[in-house]
Amino acid sequence: MREISAALITETVARLCVEANRNLPEDVCAALHQAASSEPFVPARDILDILVRNEGIARRENMPICQDTGMAIVFADVGQEVHIVGDFEAAVHEGVRRGYVDGLLRKSVVADPLRRVNTGDNTPAIIHTRLVPGDKVTLTVAPKGFGSENMSRLAMLTPAAGVEGVKAFVLETVRLAGANPCPPMVLGVGIGGDFEQVAEMAKRALMVPLNESNPDPSYADLEQELLAAVNQTGIGPQGLGGKTTCLGLHILQKPTHIAGLPVAVNVSCHVTRHATEVL
Amino acid sequence: MKKLTAPLSREDALSLRAGEHILLSGTVYTARDAAHLRMLSLIAEGKPLPVDLEGQVIYYAGPTPTPEGRPVGSIGPTTSVRMDSTTPTLLEKGLRGMIGKGERGQAVIDAMKQHGAVYFAAIGGAAALMASCVTDLQVICWDDLGPESVKRLTLHELPLIVAIDAQGNDAFAMGQAEYLTTAE
Repeated sequence: MREISAALITETVARLCVEANRNLPEDVCAALHQAASSEPFVPARDILDILVRNEGIARRENMPICQDTGMAIVFADVGQEVHIVGDFEAAVHEGVRRGYVDGLLRKSVVADPLRRVNTGDNTPAIIHTRLVPGDKVTLTVAPKGFGSENMSRLAMLTPAAGVEGVKAFVLETVRLAGANPCPPMVLGVGIGGDFEQVAEMAKRALMVPLNESNPDPSYADLEQELLAAVNQTGIGPQGLGGKTTCLGLHILQKPTHIAGLPVAVNVSCHVTRHATEVL
Repeated sequence: MKKLTAPLSREDALSLRAGEHILLSGTVYTARDAAHLRMLSLIAEGKPLPVDLEGQVIYYAGPTPTPEGRPVGSIGPTTSVRMDSTTPTLLEKGLRGMIGKGERGQAVIDAMKQHGAVYFAAIGGAAALMASCVTDLQVICWDDLGPESVKRLTLHELPLIVAIDAQGNDAFAMGQAEYLTTAE
């Protein structure tokens, strides 16, 4: 059995928090550049050019891309042949604390949703752990701002609603979001599972590289169809009009109950961040 | 491009048109959700606000911590609609302008028309770039709120778009309609 120390988990999470907030993933960068060069509406193109410049400044000057450096969402795939020496979750929270305090990231977490006192160090993280085969630990930090998170929605559709119901719900979510989530957006769609699983699928769908599509051809077609429909709404960058409303849309699907068709849309912004390291 | 200096006069606000790009310099104050609620409590108790709002501009923003050798960290706008329930009261107190992102509700637009105020959109997410337009940051009050404390910012030519003007014209609806017309 391979041993991994809690201290290494902490150190890695701290580094990933800072890296994710300063360096936009390559696929999102590429999509932003591509959008800026293909946007036909001049005011929209001007805004996309500013977003491209901003991303470069953040990378070169070691500054957060966006001031909302998010809640730290941490995905951990832990190999079942790994023995973690120490308290795993405490190690992750400590990594987030160090990353956000030492990395000069914004502290955006309140300790209680109703009393609303800032914890001062951006802890706790939200941790999604899966036990997987092997002797590695894969850690992904995906900071999520709430300008876009607030626009996310979930519906328990009926089987009769079918694929048309799913499409209508996704488009309704985009229209309700409008200018608020800092479009151009990235959309993660979960279909199936149950109430809590579909929400997690939608969040995980945000991390699928933008240049990949769903391995199931019919879902890949649905991704393309929905992306095209979203980009026909006219919302555009910052909601001020244009073609580029969405940089990419991915679907993750899972088995569900005979009586249900859960669907969740996790709305993200043009600063869709995540950084991964395998230990 | 039109250049303006905050605080703004009523005439400044009335001269702007939705969709216009401007560069804003001068002094503005940050306030987000928690600071708005505290201001509303002070008003309800008949107590003075930390800043006289007459002619002032509020920027809905909470910057990242200030790095050594710089005046400010990354700073961009937050979603304005969350401040909608508290905004008409502040407009009554003389607030002349707001900077944020996203659409506003009808009650805010009506109050803006009544009091002659303007709502600017900053480019959401372009926070590293906009940091270069802030030359000074001072915490004014409510330090316990951390990123949500009220801060006085000195701006140098911050690029903004007039999102909703004092006549109630809305650049979001106008821009989207214009694009859809050209795309047909």
